[in-house]
Amino acid sequence: MGVTREERNIEAALGDSVILTQVDKVIGWGRKYSFFLYPFITACCGMEFMSVAGPRYDLDRFGAALPRFSPRQADLLFVVGTISHKQAPILNKVYNQMAEPKWVFAFGACVCSGGMYNNYSTVQGIDTILPVDVYVPGCPPRPEMVFDGLLKLQELVANERSSKWPRGKSQYEPRVKR
Amino acid sequence: MGRLIDLCKRKLGDTVLSAHEQHGDETVVIRKDALLTVLRWLRDDDAMKFDFMMDLTAVDYLGTRARSERFEVVYHLFSLKNNHRLRVKTLVADDDPVTESVVTVWVAANWFEREVWDMYGIIFKGHPNMKRILLYEEFEGHPLRKDYNIRKRQPLIGPEN
Repeated sequence: MGVTREERNIEAALGDSVILTQVDKVIGWGRKYSFFLYPFITACCGMEFMSVAGPRYDLDRFGAALPRFSPRQADLLFVVGTISHKQAPILNKVYNQMAEPKWVFAFGACVCSGGMYNNYSTVQGIDTILPVDVYVPGCPPRPEMVFDGLLKLQELVANERSSKWPRGKSQYEPRVKR
Repeated sequence: MGRLIDLCKRKLGDTVLSAHEQHGDETVVIRKDALLTVLRWLRDDDAMKFDFMMDLTAVDYLGTRARSERFEVVYHLFSLKNNHRLRVKTLVADDDPVTESVVTVWVAANWFEREVWDMYGIIFKGHPNMKRILLYEEFEGHPLRKDYNIRKRQPLIGPEN
């Protein structure tokens, strides 16, 4: 945790009754084991998500088990499945409704880059509309890949500075209002 | 030639531009201006009784046919009473992509025609609600036309996309 020599001395002087750390580290440690995720599921990757979330692979082992049914109660947006241009404003609205701090998990090839759908109707990667924290490609990704992505996200969250937040609205403003 | 094709030719004469049969599936190509009368006859005639329009779609033959015959609108008909099928086609020109709506003949054609308008830009005259069904109103162009650029990006999404 990057404890300096002086801090060690203070710690030694105070004995076992006190632990010195930084507020950001404690908060990060707490956050990384308690993701409340919002599954935004549109396509076949959803089946793989069910497998990851279910008892066999069990996302709960990493503290990210409880799907919220309102984006306002969630801090991790799981985007699972192809996002079409018609869907983009909806995803954007869901993202903007989430309270900060919040992270975005791109689950599957379509979400990362449009996947095999390089066509008239598919968003070519949701990072064109939202900031994405973790990309897990695969069609669909194996549960092990999802865990790896989640552990990477935990690492990221643990080392975050609180000055990163708030990040504000997504960079995407739909040109067409509806 | 199949039985239904013979019946059509005998009744309709010159209106049938061409006809063919493959693996027992019969197809007639009819003149566009006679479309409604022919389809009404196919629906009502006792020997035909095509009471079920199963599918309506279009094909773009850009580059393989004359521009005056660029599009083909295809009707797949089925008769529940007589248990037979017929495919009816009509040709639509590139510079005038308009054909009669058949909603008055089969109500089921409503959404199919909207889909064909959406994807191919063929206008169905007399349709009660001729607007896009799958794509959004601001979409530019008709994506299943052969000259729609596959790299084209749409205005709903930012310029990066």
